[in-house]
Amino acid sequence: MSVNQVSVFLENRAGTLNRLTEVLATNKINIRALSLAETSEFGIVRMLVNDVFEATNVLKENNFVATLTPVLAYAIADEAGDLNNLLKNFSAANVNIEYMYAFAGKERAYMIFRVNDTKKAEALLKSHGLNSLTQEEIAAV
Amino acid sequence: MANYFQPDIECAPIEKIKALQNELLPAQVRYVWENVPYYRKKMEAHGVTPDDIKSIDDLHKLPFMSKADLRDAYPYGLLAVPLSECVRIQSTSGTTGKRVIIFYTQSDIDLWNDCTARAIVAAGGTKDDVCQVSYGYGLFTGGAGLDGGSHKVGCLTVPTSSGNTERQIMFIMDLHATILCCTPSYAAYIGETFKEMGYKPEDIPLKAGIFGAEAWSEEMRRDIEKTLGIKAYDIYGLTEISGPGVAFECSEQNGMHINEDHFLAEIIDPDTGEVLPEGTQGELVFTSLDKKAFPLIRYRTRDICTLTREKCSCGRTHVRMTKPKGRSDDMLIIRGVNVFPSQIETVLMNNGYAANYQIIVGRVNNTDTFEVKVEMTPDMFTDNVGEIQARRKVLEDGLRAMLGIKAKVTLVAPKSITRSEGKAVRVIDNRKI
Repeated sequence: MSVNQVSVFLENRAGTLNRLTEVLATNKINIRALSLAETSEFGIVRMLVNDVFEATNVLKENNFVATLTPVLAYAIADEAGDLNNLLKNFSAANVNIEYMYAFAGKERAYMIFRVNDTKKAEALLKSHGLNSLTQEEIAAV
Repeated sequence: MANYFQPDIECAPIEKIKALQNELLPAQVRYVWENVPYYRKKMEAHGVTPDDIKSIDDLHKLPFMSKADLRDAYPYGLLAVPLSECVRIQSTSGTTGKRVIIFYTQSDIDLWNDCTARAIVAAGGTKDDVCQVSYGYGLFTGGAGLDGGSHKVGCLTVPTSSGNTERQIMFIMDLHATILCCTPSYAAYIGETFKEMGYKPEDIPLKAGIFGAEAWSEEMRRDIEKTLGIKAYDIYGLTEISGPGVAFECSEQNGMHINEDHFLAEIIDPDTGEVLPEGTQGELVFTSLDKKAFPLIRYRTRDICTLTREKCSCGRTHVRMTKPKGRSDDMLIIRGVNVFPSQIETVLMNNGYAANYQIIVGRVNNTDTFEVKVEMTPDMFTDNVGEIQARRKVLEDGLRAMLGIKAKVTLVAPKSITRSEGKAVRVIDNRKI
């Protein structure tokens, strides 16, 4: 199962990211993972949150433009070499990665991937024995 | 479909209108000569007296008036009646300099209200309609003008004034408002808000809108018509001449009929002042034929448009003006090229985006910089940086094709551009020339 990532448009200037975190904080939304893509003028904040529905609602109410993007999340061992093991399977399945980011949990590490055809990639990787995490699993990490 | 408020004059044969103008103009010129020393001095300096003005063919002999005259004569210098005869003032928004104050007698108010009533009836309004006036009330002529017209027609008038958009929507829904009067940018905003609240066009009781007081494009009209499920009519006017209703659109939506029983229109070359033949684009000039308190003769509007006397299938005979390309006050000259904000709006709407933009002009090393800020919308946003850049590039190419010069498009946060609910702040010119 793919996971819904919240992508938000931000202007690239001081204070805009803080305005976003302020809205999320006020509404008690917990960010589980976050990455930022930037150009000289604007950026896209990509994040996994504990409550996707609530997050998109409060962002809209506060005049942010946000969209949901399906991403694939995989848990690996938090030790040297395991990302390499995971990516070998991507290579073998010929899955191209648009972007990725990662975070380490208490026991395991979590890798988040954006690919161009999520469903197809997920099926291919499954055939290599890789099970992607569900929204609930990510929220429970 | 007889949508006329005063059919006898609105559909009068052109000869009858000309005869009326030939009677009113010489009398009006004599009236200002006798009552306004400022005019007398100006006419004397120009070597012309009321005796030289026998018909509208002599109009070109008179000197022009401009906003500078109104400022020079501020506040009472152009008043043609004692103050005790005046019942009201209105004032310009002051966006292009010092405010200008205009005075009205009761008869001036009456003729102004007739003009806006004609516009409301042309848009299908009757005494059975509920007319919500969401133009600003107060010094701005929008609220007072449409309010008065709505009373004349006998509509139930809902004077919401501008602002507090959720309350606007509440009144539209609860009172089943059928006609909405406001600026086009505010109409678009109300439409957007309806959409955000989950209303579909068929849920909205409005059937017509009368929108004016700022430049807007055909694309914006179609967009508003679609979102609100209405037919949108343009209305034209300027405070100096009385306010909205100097001209208005009929069911044909093909140019605005000028109320030429009250306002005599000319098109001139803005550089030479020469009167141009019908159908030629130029600056619109008005002479008020029967106003009492503040009659202006040959007032230069700075609006660029064309006039046509081609027969209109609505049955009205009054001359039609095209939608002004923009006030020549609004027109920017950037790197030597004329740029009207409405052209930028057209490019945005053509690409399916809302017209929420702001032009920022500056000057670096003697070269103009030209930036267009565009608010990001859900339609334009994706998670992919490259895709957003590509969409931005499409807008830049579109602007270049439309204007002939390069503009830098910057995408900014939603609702970050100052949205005045009276008039939109579309241009920031930082050039110090």
